[in-house]
Amino acid sequence: MAELAVDKHVKYILAVEKNKDSFESVVMDHLRMNGAYWGLTALDLLGKLDSVNVDEVISWILKCQHESGGFSGNIGHDPHILYTLSAVQVLALFNKLDVLDIDKVATYITGLQNEDGSFSGDMWGEVDTRFSYIAICCLSILCCLDKINVEKAVSYILSCKNLDGGFGCTPGGESHAGQIFCCVGALALTGSLHYVDKDLLGWWLCERQVKSGGLNGRPEKLPDVCYSWWVLSSLIMIDRVHWIDKEKLVKFILDCQDVENGGISDRPDDAVDVYHTYFGVAGLSLLNYPGLKAIDPAYALPVDVVNRIFFSG
Amino acid sequence: MDSREDDGGEPLSRMAEWRDVTPLPQDDGPHPVVPIAYKEEFRETMDYFRAIYKADERSPRALRLTRRAIHLNPGNYTVWHFRRLVLEALNADLDEELDFLQRIANSNSKNYQLWHHRRWVVERLGANAGAKELNLIKKILSLDAKNYHAWSHRQWVLQALGGWEDELDYCQQLLEEDIFNNSAWNQRYFVVTRSPFLGGLKAMRASEVRYTVEAILANPNNECPWRYLRGLYKDDIKALVNDPEISSVCLKVINTKNNYVFALKMLLDLLCHGFQPCHEFRDSVVALRTSQPDPLDPDLSMAICDILEHVDSLRASYWIWRKNKLSVAAV
Repeated sequence: MAELAVDKHVKYILAVEKNKDSFESVVMDHLRMNGAYWGLTALDLLGKLDSVNVDEVISWILKCQHESGGFSGNIGHDPHILYTLSAVQVLALFNKLDVLDIDKVATYITGLQNEDGSFSGDMWGEVDTRFSYIAICCLSILCCLDKINVEKAVSYILSCKNLDGGFGCTPGGESHAGQIFCCVGALALTGSLHYVDKDLLGWWLCERQVKSGGLNGRPEKLPDVCYSWWVLSSLIMIDRVHWIDKEKLVKFILDCQDVENGGISDRPDDAVDVYHTYFGVAGLSLLNYPGLKAIDPAYALPVDVVNRIFFSG
Repeated sequence: MDSREDDGGEPLSRMAEWRDVTPLPQDDGPHPVVPIAYKEEFRETMDYFRAIYKADERSPRALRLTRRAIHLNPGNYTVWHFRRLVLEALNADLDEELDFLQRIANSNSKNYQLWHHRRWVVERLGANAGAKELNLIKKILSLDAKNYHAWSHRQWVLQALGGWEDELDYCQQLLEEDIFNNSAWNQRYFVVTRSPFLGGLKAMRASEVRYTVEAILANPNNECPWRYLRGLYKDDIKALVNDPEISSVCLKVINTKNNYVFALKMLLDLLCHGFQPCHEFRDSVVALRTSQPDPLDPDLSMAICDILEHVDSLRASYWIWRKNKLSVAAV
């Protein structure tokens, strides 16, 4: 079997100049904060976070913070809960959470909870269980989950549970592995996993594995490396990961590498990007691939980083 | 409002109406973590956008500029955010805005911002916009019948503005086109359980079971109708076990000796919940094992797990777990 091309992936993530006309470079501008989280977390899992200048990253992140306490995807853009979690996660990676005015960030997130317990993504009010996860994960990292109504947040998530044991973006929305990760993650972080029908959901999740060994996100869809994270982390959180064929999944992820120039793609022979590189590496970490740091399935941060947050104070 | 789509890509620096604006470049910090190489037209448009945004200029040309920026990158939250402020300030024609959004959706339909903006527009247009909007969403679903955003938006429109009357027929039509479309099955469940006109799950159960059983017999390897069948008996597992139609569809599929994994799984679930099988079930399951040298476990549930462990080897651990659970229950 092929091996993980660690050095090539590190080089790819650190690559300074990209193809000027690439679609990725155009669309990444506003979500650089997410890009930073994907790239830096992958580097940390690969054991190479020290190849980055910490001070430069931190000063850029702080320039993305707004008066409201929220962070934007880049300097001069509007704040959104999506980028706020990425900013907090990157600060946690570097053990720099102390640069934050925690109350301010917490106030921003708390202000996005709605009467029914759901969360909006920003001042414009889009509601989605993704935002429930983000709010809960972010507040949990900052050790102030008590600032929101956890009971209502959990009951909203449970209202999005479907007949197949999975979860959708809003009540009645189709089960989708990405949304399932968010809902199961939020329930795990709030100690509410007993509300999940683990055997029913576990069977739905393990049905996502297709013949090639890869995982899809919904029935009858193509496999994609990103689901190695969404499906696998959910299976781990509900303690059912042994129901899939791990060896075949490892092979599928390794087959998606660009072994010459580094990076991982969604499917074998497609173009690589930072997003799939992160999810491929994170998936392999969940599968205990040798040489990688372990990643926490709920916080989506390396286990040593999570331990440092909660056990070093 | 300007009828042109995006000013045809002519550089803004050469256009008279932008002469008074000084473009404002993106500040990427000292050494970007994920360095971005900007495409020239995109860079210029965003430089002008930043200038207009900073000056908070809510003008017709600002509206045109956001349109151009959205064409180049529909994923940018700030551009959409500012466009809403401008639309409000200009009291713009929102029907026209909806047409603009439809054109964007035709080429870029998997974008959260687009759909959120669309909901904002439809909310302002009110109840009369519902029927038109449901039709527009149909067009987008005709290009990709599993578009998650489109379905999510459609559910919101139904709940906020109504239009339930034809929705079950629409699900029917989509399932006729592709019986493997899980989004359409999910929508069917959404309609059956939530439509104010159908009387709820229990009232619909018998006819829905008939429909689902037919779908299963046509494609027994389709996981969607099997799960839908379970959903029809939500919180009423006893009724599932006691409905002869359910056990009979399992038997029919098993007897074909083809694509029987989900049928065996359903039969196993029925047995675990107290279903008492007649001899016919056992004979059919035994018949699946003609080529296997090992003798079949005398317990029917155990035998099913044995078969599935081999036939569905990707999930062998799941079936072994099911088997172990049986022996624990038997002790």
